Amino acid sequence: MEMVKVTIDGITKEVPKGYTVLEAAHSMNIHIPTLCYLKDINKIGACRVCLVEIEGAKGLQTSCVYPVSDGMVVRTNTARVRKARKYNVELILSAHDRSCLTCIRNKNCELQTLAEEFNVDEIHFDGDNIHYPIDDLSPSIVRDPNKCVLCRRCIAACNEQTVYAIGINNRGFRSIISPVFGRSLNESPCINCGQCIISCPTGALREKSSIEKVWDALNDPDTHVVVQTAPAVRAALGEEFGYPIGTLVTGKMVAALKRLGFDRVFDTDFAADLTIMEEGNELLKRLENGGPLPLITSCSPGWVKFCEEYYPEFIENLSTCKSPHMMLGAIIKTYYAQKAGIEPEKIFVVSVMPCTAKKYEIERPEMALYGIKTVDAVLTTRELARMIKEANIKFTSLPDEDFDDPLGESTGASVIFGVTGGVMEAALRTVADIVEGKDLDKIDYQQVRGLDGVRESLVTINGMEIKIAIANGTGNARKLLDAIKSGETFYHFIEIMGCPGGCINGGGQPIVPSRIKMDLDVKALRAKAIYEEDAQKAIRKSHKNPQIIKIYEEFLKEPLSERSHHLLHTEYERKELYSSKNNKENKKSATAAK
Amino acid sequence: MTALLEDVKEKDKYKRLHDVIDAYKDKPGALIPVMNEAQEIFGYLPFEVQKEISEGLNVPLTKVYGIATFYSRFTLHPAGKYRIGVCLGTACYVKGSSLILDKIKEKLGIDVNETTPDGKFSIDSTRCLGCCGLAPVMMINNDVYGKLSPDDVDKILEKYK
Ligand code: SF4
Ligand code: SF4
Ligand code: SF4
Ligand code: FES
Repeated sequence: MEMVKVTIDGITKEVPKGYTVLEAAHSMNIHIPTLCYLKDINKIGACRVCLVEIEGAKGLQTSCVYPVSDGMVVRTNTARVRKARKYNVELILSAHDRSCLTCIRNKNCELQTLAEEFNVDEIHFDGDNIHYPIDDLSPSIVRDPNKCVLCRRCIAACNEQTVYAIGINNRGFRSIISPVFGRSLNESPCINCGQCIISCPTGALREKSSIEKVWDALNDPDTHVVVQTAPAVRAALGEEFGYPIGTLVTGKMVAALKRLGFDRVFDTDFAADLTIMEEGNELLKRLENGGPLPLITSCSPGWVKFCEEYYPEFIENLSTCKSPHMMLGAIIKTYYAQKAGIEPEKIFVVSVMPCTAKKYEIERPEMALYGIKTVDAVLTTRELARMIKEANIKFTSLPDEDFDDPLGESTGASVIFGVTGGVMEAALRTVADIVEGKDLDKIDYQQVRGLDGVRESLVTINGMEIKIAIANGTGNARKLLDAIKSGETFYHFIEIMGCPGGCINGGGQPIVPSRIKMDLDVKALRAKAIYEEDAQKAIRKSHKNPQIIKIYEEFLKEPLSERSHHLLHTEYERKELYSSKNNKENKKSATAAK
Repeated sequence: MTALLEDVKEKDKYKRLHDVIDAYKDKPGALIPVMNEAQEIFGYLPFEVQKEISEGLNVPLTKVYGIATFYSRFTLHPAGKYRIGVCLGTACYVKGSSLILDKIKEKLGIDVNETTPDGKFSIDSTRCLGCCGLAPVMMINNDVYGKLSPDDVDKILEKYK
């Protein structure tokens, strides 16, 4: 690697040639404040918070985009630099709805942090503020442009997903981030993944809250409230209570849910095992019948919507399996209701998910069973943390507690559903055993692990070669599907998760400030926690889960049975990128205008 | 009959748009030239036109729309039968032309670059009209009105109703 010598604040060091001044400073432990910069995602030099003095350059320069060169001398902490940075932050604040106390990002806001660190004690400009309406029509995402600093990190995240739902519109003072033609996100191609939320430095983007709904259910003595938690939640919830990234808090999480007053605490992992039973057999059936192949996983509702919008020709390839928490919802309102002797109408099911798209998923009409919803509310990991805080539960001093029977038992295979490659590995563990007709010693499939965007491999089971591929993030899914479409490659089985890294990095997970993301690989740390839990589990293959064996004996009979189909499977439909509703209105006004 | 003629005209415009898209397709930097031509053909860039461009050139609609709202030469709405321009040049501005613009906006219920739902009026963003002596000035199509006060707005608009 070609190196150059740079001097920053008197320290001289060799750094790789392609570095920006910001990266060079960071490698020397010199902190430069930033706002629009987000490692690996956004590098556009828009906010001018990262200004530095560079000898020989005219004016102050934005360090996040300024490339280093040999012999460069940089100063990051002069009076001139401090003054200019502070001025810029003040300018941003002057046009900002500064209601921190009631803001979702209070105490976890990058703008607030800058204001504090820059010692902003007065705003010297009179912002002529436009007051924008809040867009809360989407079932998943709420947009409040009054809190937006126009950093465009959300746009970059959405473009990385290749969804292109939002852009920057108008100019100058009237600039606004929004979908086209003033539409709501709900009338855009948005797949509800929430990657924009976890990229946003401020309170301009948040999930549509279900907290009040859940409190109401908990407060109603006539309602039996059941909660389930997805695998990735336990690997991140602790962050909200000060634990280092990558700390598993499964037992404490269960204890907290019990103290919040949930009548039963079940584990979505159980349903992940159920998914493997159904999907593994679906794969075998499709291999026998010659198609349609590839079979593509369907547990990620963001990915499913992406497929319905952008790749409808692959709809027949999607597994008909509902996502695990939807399966569990259906099981709770039938099997469990029967067992517990409670009418399904009296049961309220809450899913705690790392995901904002699950909020959209429960509203899909085809998910209802006999006209009732099988999951009544979805909370993100962040929302659960808020409820725990609101209930004054001291999370860190909680004991470890266990999930309730009968839907709390799970295997290592189900835990890894939370990370890219996990569904594939879990499926392989079961499919291999079925095909070989024995309990194989092989459990770990290292070749499907990792965080690369697209991965492929060939596994041989009993002489049968299965070509597999894994994509995480819909942008990577697009690459993979385009390659298949062009005939370049062929696979039998594909796992796709809508978010980069999988559920561990879902849009409902704790928000990590950009400056921490510069130092830590959040995805890798959370993934490590997930694989740790897998390794600790006594049972690590889905079909060995005793409660799974029991539910088939007592209720479902066998995978892909009629009852399974009715309760656990679903269908998909082609979706327009832009629904035509507004389209017509547009036409009307256009003709009226003639 | 008029409806039919309108329809034929509209279809013809779309045909021209598709020809333009085909001509530029696969060329780098095609987007803005195509948008310019589309603005010429239709007189404005409504949703359907932007969608055609987005699909035809394989660029996200958000990008097309972002450009359409960034440059003032693109409009999202057809111009009204009467196009109103209020001078915001220095001389007029000093004499309170922004108050007049505000009054017109309030009266018509539309913003700059928008058209009233009945298609009668639209407001253009206007720089100096070159008759500073009459400041503050506004124009409606080719009629010039000078030395205005906000109270004159009602009467003037009434003439075109
Ligand atoms: S976005 Fe940040 S600075 Fe703005 S109100 Fe919320 S917490 Fe305060
Ligand atoms: S939720 Fe996902 S698809 Fe929707 S705007 Fe945000 S990043 Fe784009
Ligand atoms: S919504 Fe958030 S991420 Fe997007 S531009 Fe505004 S502040 Fe930045
Ligand atoms: S300009 Fe560098 S962080 Fe925004």
